[in-house]
Amino acid sequence: MSTVSTAVNGKSVEAVQADVDPRTLLVEFIREHLRLTGTHVGCDTAQCGACTVHMNGRAVKSCSMLALQAQGADVTTIEGLAKDGALHPMQAAFHECHGLQCGFCTPGMVMSSVQLLADNPKATEQEIREALEGNLCRCTGYHNIVKAVQQCQAGGVPANA
Amino acid sequence: MYSTNYHRASSLKDAQALFKKAGDGKFVSGGQTLLPTMKQRLAAPSDLIDLRHVKDLKGIKVSGKKVTIGAATTHAEVATNDKIVKVCPAICSLASHIGDPAVRHMGTIGGSIANNDPAADYPAAMMALGATIHTNKRQIAADKFFKGMFETALKDGEIITAVEFSAPKKAAYSKYPNPASRYAMCGVFVADHGKGDVRVAVTGAGNDGVFRHKAMEKALAADWSPEAVASAKVNEGDMLSDIHGNEAYRANLVRVMAKRAVAAAG
Ligand SMILES: Cc1cc2nc3c(=O)[nH]c(=O)nc-3n(C[C@H](O)[C@H](O)[C@H](O)COP(=O)(O)OP(=O)(O)OC[C@H]3O[C@@H](n4cnc5c(N)ncnc54)[C@H](O)[C@@H]3O)c2cc1C
Ligand code: FES
Ligand code: FES
Repeated sequence: MSTVSTAVNGKSVEAVQADVDPRTLLVEFIREHLRLTGTHVGCDTAQCGACTVHMNGRAVKSCSMLALQAQGADVTTIEGLAKDGALHPMQAAFHECHGLQCGFCTPGMVMSSVQLLADNPKATEQEIREALEGNLCRCTGYHNIVKAVQQCQAGGVPANA
Repeated sequence: MYSTNYHRASSLKDAQALFKKAGDGKFVSGGQTLLPTMKQRLAAPSDLIDLRHVKDLKGIKVSGKKVTIGAATTHAEVATNDKIVKVCPAICSLASHIGDPAVRHMGTIGGSIANNDPAADYPAAMMALGATIHTNKRQIAADKFFKGMFETALKDGEIITAVEFSAPKKAAYSKYPNPASRYAMCGVFVADHGKGDVRVAVTGAGNDGVFRHKAMEKALAADWSPEAVASAKVNEGDMLSDIHGNEAYRANLVRVMAKRAVAAAG
C-alpha cells in the first residue's frame, strides 16, 4: 500500500489522503475512494474522454494514469465546477443548449470544454470541434455540444441569437 | 493491471539508482503508452520510475538555430512554445496534432521516441531534422537511434535526457491520421537544410517503422516542388498492410503526404 494525497476540488492536499494499492488508477481513486462518481469511465482505454479531470489546470484522462502520478497535484473533477450551488457557466450552457442526452459523456465533455475556452477563448467552431476530438459522444451528434461551448463563449447568450 | 510499485525520481541520479534497485523496472514519463499497455497486461513492470518531475529532463532551449527539447517536455508544451515556432514551426504543428488535448498534456517527446511506435509522429521529425538524441550515457544520431518497429538503440536502463537539432531552412509535416486512433496512417516530414541537404522521413506507412525516402530526397534536392515527388517510386513490398489500408494504399499515401508537405513548406 502507498499513501496518495492530492488537493481535490479546493480541499487541501492534507485533507485528501488514502492508502491505495500502487496500481490504483486516478479515476478509481476519485470514484471509489473519494466517492466522487461524477467522473465516468467509458472506454477505460484512453479513447473516449469520459474520465477527463483537470490536474494542475490541465485536462487529463484519469483512466490512463495512476493515482500516485497525481501525488501532490491539484485535481478538479466535475463536482468542483459549481460554486455555491450555482452551475458553472459551461454546465449551464450544456443544460440550456440541450448539449446532452444520456449524459454519460457530459462530465468529460464539460471538463474538456472548460479547458478549451481557458486556452483559446476565441476558438472558432472548427477549433472547438478539434479541441473536443478526444471526447466521444454516442447520443448528441455533437452539434448541441458545440453550440453549448459557443453559448458559454458568448457569455451565456445563445449562439444563434 | 498486474501489481506494481511506483517511485517518483527527484533527479537523474535518483532515477538511475531506483532503476538499479528494481527487479524489473520501467521508466514512465507521460504514461500515455505505458499505462494503457499495462492495463492490457502486455507489460508488467515490477516498478515504475516516474521521470516527469526530474528538472534536468524538462525545458526548451533555442539559441540561434539550435533547438534543445528536454525529454520530459509534453507535446502540449512543444506545440505552444513561442521560441520554437519562430525557427521550426513544423515541429510545433506536428506536436499539436498528436492524439487529443488530454494526451498532449501528459505525453512527452522522450516517451514517444523511446517507444518508437511505427505510427508515431515524432520519429519522422527526428529523422528529417537530423536530430541528436541525448541520453544519460551518450549522444545518438536519429538515423542510428530508430531500429525498426518499437526498437531503438537504447540499452536497458538508459534514459533519454533531451533531443537536439538545428532548425532547417524550411520544413513541414503532413499526416493522414487514422480517424479513430489519430495515429498516423502515413506521415511525411520534409526538411530542407540548405546546400542540397534535403531529408524526407516517413512514419505510419513502412512495415519496419520510420524510414528515410532517399529517392525523394534526391529529387527534392534537385527541384523543391510537389511535382518532384509526385512520381517517386514507393516500394509496396516495404509498406504496412492492415485493416486500415493495404500496401498499395499506403504507398500512394506516402506520395500524397510528401507532395502536401513540400507544398506546405513552400
Ligand atoms: C488516445 C491516444 C492517441 C494517441 N495519438 C498519438 C498520435 O497521434 N501520434 C503519436 O505520435 N502518438 C500518439 N499517442 C501516443 C502518445 O504520444 C504518447 O504520449 C507517447 O507515445 C509516449 O509518451 P509518454 O511520455 O506518454 O511515454 P510513456 O508511456 O510514459 O512511456 C513509453 C515508453 O518509453 C519509455 N520511456 C519514457 N520516457 C523515457 C525516457 N526519458 N528515456 C527512456 N525511456 C523512456 C517507457 O519506459 C516506456 O517503455 C497517443 C496516445 C493515446 C493514448
Ligand atoms: S474512460 Fe478514460 S478515456 Fe475513456
Ligand atoms: S450524451 Fe450520451 S454519450 Fe454523450
